[in-house]
Amino acid sequence: MTTSTKGNASKRKEVSPAVLVLEDGRMFRGRAYGAVGVTFGEAVFSTGMTGYQETLTDPSYHRQVVVMTAPHVGNTGVNDEDPESKQIWVAGYVVRDPARVPSNWRSRRSLDEELVKQGVVGISGIDTRALTRHLRESGAMRVGIFSGNALPDEGTMLAEVRQAPEMKGASLYEEVATKEAYVVPAIGEKKFTVAAVDLGIKGMTPHRMAERGIEVHVLPATATAEDIYAVNPDGVFFSNGPGDPEKADHPVSVMQAVLERRTPLFGICFGNQILGRALGFGTYKLKYGHRGINQPVQDRTTGKVEVTAHNHGFAVDAPLDKVSDTPYGRAQVSHVCLNDDVVEGLQLLDQPAFSVQYHPEAAAGPHDAAYLFDRFVSLMEGQRA
Amino acid sequence: MPKRTDIQSVLVIGSGPIVIGQAAEFDYSGTQACRILRAEGLRVILVNSNPATIMTDPEIADATYVEPITPEFVEKIIAKERPDALLPTLGGQTALNTAISLHEAGTLEKYGVELIGANVEAINKGEDRDLFKDVVEEVNKKIGHGESARSVICHSMDDVLQGVETLGGYPVVVRPSFTMGGAGSGFAHDEEELRRIAGQGLTLSPTTEVLLEESILGWKEYELELMRDKNDNVVVVCSIENFDPMGVHTGDSITVAPAMTLTDREYQRLRDVGIAIIREVGVDTGGCNIQFAIDPVDGRVIVIEMNPRVSRSSALASKATGFPIAKIAAKLAVGYTLDEIPNDITEKTPASFEPTLDYVVVKAPRFAFEKFPSADSTLTTTMKSVGEAMAIGRNFTEAFQKALRSLEKKGSQFTFVGEPGDKAELLAEAVRPTDGRINTVMQAIRAGATQEEVFEFTKIDPWFVDQLFLIKEIADELAEAPELTRELLAEAKRHGFSDQQIGEIRGLREDVVREVRHALGIRPVYKTVDTCAAEFAAKTPYFYSSYDEETEVAPREKPAVIILGSGPNRIGQGIEFDYSCVHASFALSDAGYETVMVNCNPETVSTDYDTSDRLYFEPLTLEDVLEIVHAESLAGPIAGVIVQLGGQTPLGLAQALKDNGVPIVGTPPEAIHAAEDRGAFGRVLAEAGLPAPKHGTATTFAGAKAIADEIGYPVLVRPSYVLGGRGMEIVYDETRLASYIAESTEISPSRPVLVDRFLDDAIEIDVDALYDGEELYLGGVMEHIEEAGIHSGDSACALPPITLGGFDIKRLRASTEAIAKGVGVRGLINIQFAMAGDILYVLEANPRASRTVPFTSKATAVPLAKAAARISLGATVAELRAEGLLPANGDGGELPLDAPISVKEAVMPWSRFRDIHGRGVDTVLGPEMRSTGEVMGIDSVFGTAYAKSQAGAYGPLPTKGRAFISVANRDKRSMIFPARELVAHGFELLATSGTAEVLKRNGINAIVVRKQSEGIGPNGEKTIVQLIHDGEVDLIVNTPYGTGGRLDGYEIRTAAVARSVPCLTTVQALAAAVQGIDALNHGDVGVRSLQEHAEHLTAARD
Repeated sequence: MTTSTKGNASKRKEVSPAVLVLEDGRMFRGRAYGAVGVTFGEAVFSTGMTGYQETLTDPSYHRQVVVMTAPHVGNTGVNDEDPESKQIWVAGYVVRDPARVPSNWRSRRSLDEELVKQGVVGISGIDTRALTRHLRESGAMRVGIFSGNALPDEGTMLAEVRQAPEMKGASLYEEVATKEAYVVPAIGEKKFTVAAVDLGIKGMTPHRMAERGIEVHVLPATATAEDIYAVNPDGVFFSNGPGDPEKADHPVSVMQAVLERRTPLFGICFGNQILGRALGFGTYKLKYGHRGINQPVQDRTTGKVEVTAHNHGFAVDAPLDKVSDTPYGRAQVSHVCLNDDVVEGLQLLDQPAFSVQYHPEAAAGPHDAAYLFDRFVSLMEGQRA
Repeated sequence: MPKRTDIQSVLVIGSGPIVIGQAAEFDYSGTQACRILRAEGLRVILVNSNPATIMTDPEIADATYVEPITPEFVEKIIAKERPDALLPTLGGQTALNTAISLHEAGTLEKYGVELIGANVEAINKGEDRDLFKDVVEEVNKKIGHGESARSVICHSMDDVLQGVETLGGYPVVVRPSFTMGGAGSGFAHDEEELRRIAGQGLTLSPTTEVLLEESILGWKEYELELMRDKNDNVVVVCSIENFDPMGVHTGDSITVAPAMTLTDREYQRLRDVGIAIIREVGVDTGGCNIQFAIDPVDGRVIVIEMNPRVSRSSALASKATGFPIAKIAAKLAVGYTLDEIPNDITEKTPASFEPTLDYVVVKAPRFAFEKFPSADSTLTTTMKSVGEAMAIGRNFTEAFQKALRSLEKKGSQFTFVGEPGDKAELLAEAVRPTDGRINTVMQAIRAGATQEEVFEFTKIDPWFVDQLFLIKEIADELAEAPELTRELLAEAKRHGFSDQQIGEIRGLREDVVREVRHALGIRPVYKTVDTCAAEFAAKTPYFYSSYDEETEVAPREKPAVIILGSGPNRIGQGIEFDYSCVHASFALSDAGYETVMVNCNPETVSTDYDTSDRLYFEPLTLEDVLEIVHAESLAGPIAGVIVQLGGQTPLGLAQALKDNGVPIVGTPPEAIHAAEDRGAFGRVLAEAGLPAPKHGTATTFAGAKAIADEIGYPVLVRPSYVLGGRGMEIVYDETRLASYIAESTEISPSRPVLVDRFLDDAIEIDVDALYDGEELYLGGVMEHIEEAGIHSGDSACALPPITLGGFDIKRLRASTEAIAKGVGVRGLINIQFAMAGDILYVLEANPRASRTVPFTSKATAVPLAKAAARISLGATVAELRAEGLLPANGDGGELPLDAPISVKEAVMPWSRFRDIHGRGVDTVLGPEMRSTGEVMGIDSVFGTAYAKSQAGAYGPLPTKGRAFISVANRDKRSMIFPARELVAHGFELLATSGTAEVLKRNGINAIVVRKQSEGIGPNGEKTIVQLIHDGEVDLIVNTPYGTGGRLDGYEIRTAAVARSVPCLTTVQALAAAVQGIDALNHGDVGVRSLQEHAEHLTAARD
């Protein structure tokens, strides 16, 4: 139990003002949260009601300012087990009502402290629903958060926001990926070796594989096909990651080399977009993306619906109603989001390769799609047989 | 895969009368289900004995049977209607138990009826504690998570005592199997408590089974609401966290949605366990709810229980999320899958998702302990609350404070003035969970308790404790600030402070605070409940207020009528008022208005987003209503606000609303005053030449004595300005009058005691009527079965009246018209009369929809509330007759001779309450209303209708066996004929010596039995109480003695409740029961739908 403050002293301390400025000129005035300063990024909203620690540390949120639609954030504090990577990646954090006292048996410190420690600029006390509705109607866009006691005038702030780089056309995966290869050992008996190309991988992903007896060799985003085959893999994995898939030419060509060799292949999120491009499909930017842990996705092979964790601003443009011919044989859309018919998964019919746009490792999020890791295992088993 | 084509007709079982633990939420779910099934083209057959429900409106189902929900009657309905399927999961425990009985008796098989929405095996696995433990164990084997509390199943007291040893000692939890709302469960700290609670539990459980469990008192408590379709798609609709830790029934806890203090890993673990359980139990399609406890020290998760059906929590979850669980459960039951069902609110996304909230929902229970002064007010695992309020805000503090003020009960809101008291005492008091503990905690905080201390004493989660501190800190800032700045006021509103609270802290009047606030431009905005945290556009205007930036109320063209609902259910103001509000909404929508509903009761049909064009889920206080009126006046024209359909709650706001310029339609506030104020009403009566019983007011014993001496005993005494007969008593002599005045804390010079002549042996009559200013439509005349002096809400009544003649009706009509005209009614009026000798006295008049409106409407097949709403907005009785909303000719006062007889019977909550020694509370009826619900029996003759009403309320009347009779002296004469009839029907009579003597002198043999006070006889002869406990008595007649002797029958009546033996406490009820027994013994009692009754009645009228 962590109750950080003793006694009856009021915790309603004075905090600096903060302003959130959108590139279309809409502004929200609130209070500084986390570090005081200035930050820029792409404004996106996430609708998950739990899992802020996982969200903050998900590398796919690199250069994005995340608006939490759930009003209370920080209630369970910060623990050492739940982060998905070594640092907070979000460029800025927008919440309505931050917790004053964290309460959880695993909590080590407050979220506020953690944001300050990691220099993450945030804003609290604004109408996050109004902001979310605005982003829904006008689309994700650039944003700045300015906090402190000496704020620039509105015109200056807006000009600065408009000078920030856009998400479309941004190549970001190299900035978040590991520089050095490392190994996540199998839990229990080792059954397979997988080379996982880190484009912004979340910690839970290799863990889910390790649970299934897979030794995971996590490789830098710059890894070549030779680097991959140097670990003698039973399967190859391409991770999630930030940025525009159109700029991911290197991973696309590496994946094509893997497809040539018909090695079992699994991709998640960015990895799904890479597979899409490797097969010759286009990608496009969604108006405001899918970010949450309640998205209904249908597995078109079984008809079953799974409730899934999403974090993607781009999607693959592949036909839903037919099987496509690709250089690697027939391909089909295996999963689709029932909310808006966005492609959520691809599958090759003539060789062992598939990918999903969402997050079966589910941290945060429901575990409904964990079976996909088993599917990957069966592909590798099938290849051995 | 779409809808099944092999089902053409479905029988839906409702939940019967409103009782604690099973209330209006099942009307909400059942109504949704019936509408959906009809929309799917199925023939819907409904059975529900509760006339106050929307679901029993003839237009909701194809065939509506207001008949007792017993296997016998339901079988008659099945035999007659031959439905293809039975849907048992929407009518609470009552429906589920009835369905299981029908299955076990082979009835379903015999008539080829398929159980849909649940199978018997799943119901048993979910409900039977032993089987459910196996389910949890199996789940743990599969996914490695979830366990049950360590426990022992017991079938006898010996098992129970041994069980405690096995578990390692006290305290232990006792839970009887197959009871609803946790009836009969509780904590036992020692053997004495154990014997009492477990003994009662073994009796209450239909399988004579209780479970003893390790204590998890003080753990965090959670609930998940899940749905599953036939393709095994499962979604979690909502998570709910209890503010009150384990130990308090979830129905009695303050609860919060979504869960506030779980990390994703912990939440997903609950979700995994929940999904594994719904699969393991085998709930094929539909909803279920699962409760968990989490150890705050290490996160150990224990699965407490599941309900394999729609529950109170699912109604709350539906309102909290906008995801209509019952409606979707009905669709799943007829073959749809979740992905085939659209989300009503977004229209374009499917129901196969999990709602996400960008707001906080708080539910607070409402109790009625003041009605049962001897009952133990400690909250336990047995549910005791009679209603609840829900509030929505953009943060916890806003939602929480709105919920507390929605309770509409003195002292329910936090107060920050005055001395809080002693910290140590307050903390010690806060250990015991009670109604209002939260206020004690707040006072302890004001008295200097630390967060650690509050947690230590209450085990309320530290995050919630901090929220209480936040509220208190803002109150301090409000108190200390030199002036109310914009920032400070906005901050206080953002955390849910009402204008009234701020005024109290600042020493200002509420309206002054409001003026300041408006001058500073601080007003609430209205946000939408949209299931998706704004990810998709919402098509359904389901609003809540928040002090935030952007409002979502859209402009509209049509004139709007704002209907104020009745708030949380309480004794005296329940579902009947919601019925009238919903009807008004339907009628006005048909008449071309835009309907806007305001209410804060999550159990109701009125708060279904489908009921009105717009829904504001808001407290019914002056401040909250004024802001809604303001917001709606910016959106478009307002035709008016209706205050007379939601009971006293909106009626009490009428004058203040009018004073603030709000257009009230229908009966004007001045007329309401004319009926409520004694002096003004006296003048109305005098002008009309109508007599009222002699009365006077006094502030001292001497004054009261003088009045009583003049008008003669017995007198009816009550404090002024109370509702529902609170504190009212019949006083038979001076001694009791003196003690009444001495005991009453409510009497002061400004609040005198009212002393009325009590009309002993008078017949009480209730009249519901419509008046448009010109013409009276007499809705119905109800003759009470019990004598005057028993609260009309607690007495049974018959419509049409069974002993009144044409001349009496004529007088009632004339008096009603004179009062309606004198008061100035435009809409509904309810008048209570007493006929003593040949004089018709006026007891009181209520210029609003009454509790009996739904009953009268169903008994006469005329929608009175709809007509009232139309009259409020200017329609006349003549126009409504022409339109067909009212019958073309005649009214409820002149029903054809062969019209069916309807009997309403009240349902009392006695079995729910115990005193601190664990003894039952007395069951005698009096002038203070204590019933929670009602049933209706309808048939062609009175006896059968009465028998049906008893079967619906308490279980069937016995048709043979042993009847025990013990009556007060004044009742001895009138007892003789019915007693003789009982003997003629083959009953063996038992009586105490005095009664037996009178019977013997009249030639009726009765066996003399020993009184409780006489003890066991020399040869081991049992006392009457022992005989009852041993199941040797089938019918009890025990009328309370007039003077001081009210306690004599106490043990007899409480034993009757404990053993569920029919117990009649008035001779009038005995006479009616004898007619009922006569009807039952005279062969077949049939069933007939309301639609058939109406057809018959309409034909007879023409």
